[in-house]
Amino acid sequence: MSSRRSRSRQSGSSRITDDQIDDLVTKLQQLLPEIRNRHSDKVSAAKVLQDTCNYIRSLHREVDDLSERLSELLATTDSAQAAIIRSLLMQ
Amino acid sequence: MSPHHPNPSSLKSRFTTRFLRALTKINAQNPISSSSPREILQRFRRIKVAADKSMAYSVRSRRTWSRAMRWKLRSRSWRQASSVRRLKITTSCHQAIMKKTAHERENKTTTGEGVGFGVQTDELRELVPGGEAMDLCNLLDETAHYIKCLTTQVQVMRKIVDFYSP
Repeated sequence: MSSRRSRSRQSGSSRITDDQIDDLVTKLQQLLPEIRNRHSDKVSAAKVLQDTCNYIRSLHREVDDLSERLSELLATTDSAQAAIIRSLLMQ
Repeated sequence: MSPHHPNPSSLKSRFTTRFLRALTKINAQNPISSSSPREILQRFRRIKVAADKSMAYSVRSRRTWSRAMRWKLRSRSWRQASSVRRLKITTSCHQAIMKKTAHERENKTTTGEGVGFGVQTDELRELVPGGEAMDLCNLLDETAHYIKCLTTQVQVMRKIVDFYSP
């Protein structure tokens, strides 16, 4: 991950280097489920960001969907079970 | 259910505890027998807010996105209580946060455009709470943490739903 972009723009020091950004983008790449398995560093930063946006959107949708299912399920169950769940999940 | 949460003070545990507590409260407020569509919608909204709130408050380290989310949730609930005075106080707190990140905003435009992914950066700013005010470096960092928390949230909620489903 050398300086393949030698861009020393804006008078003097740009406080944030391209390498720093590269590192952060790589870190993001590791979190994404699809790209994670492809260990090539040829994936462009734009694609990583685009996939990140899509991934965040899908996570939001999933939270909405799960909330909806929970709201329907809560209509029919007893709240005392929450304590049981908590102990099960904590073990 | 195989036990694999060894750390009692992990993000997952903190979120689970908070969220379950909130769910119990929500369930207690509404009579269990009611299941009209309108009430389900109301409960859905409350659950979603509770999930986001539990997430934002379970984050231990000071993260810009969690602060922004907390501010949003607070101002949302106070707007509903229609107390203008409290809204003014939170507005000034928000202005303080925005001022702090104002110098970061100077970096925002200079570093973002040169590297060829400005459009996606803008998209990302809309998705991550508080993203508009961060510079590119912080935005990427916050995004990584935000995704980690979102996946935890989804994991825990899925487990709860599986437990409750017949």
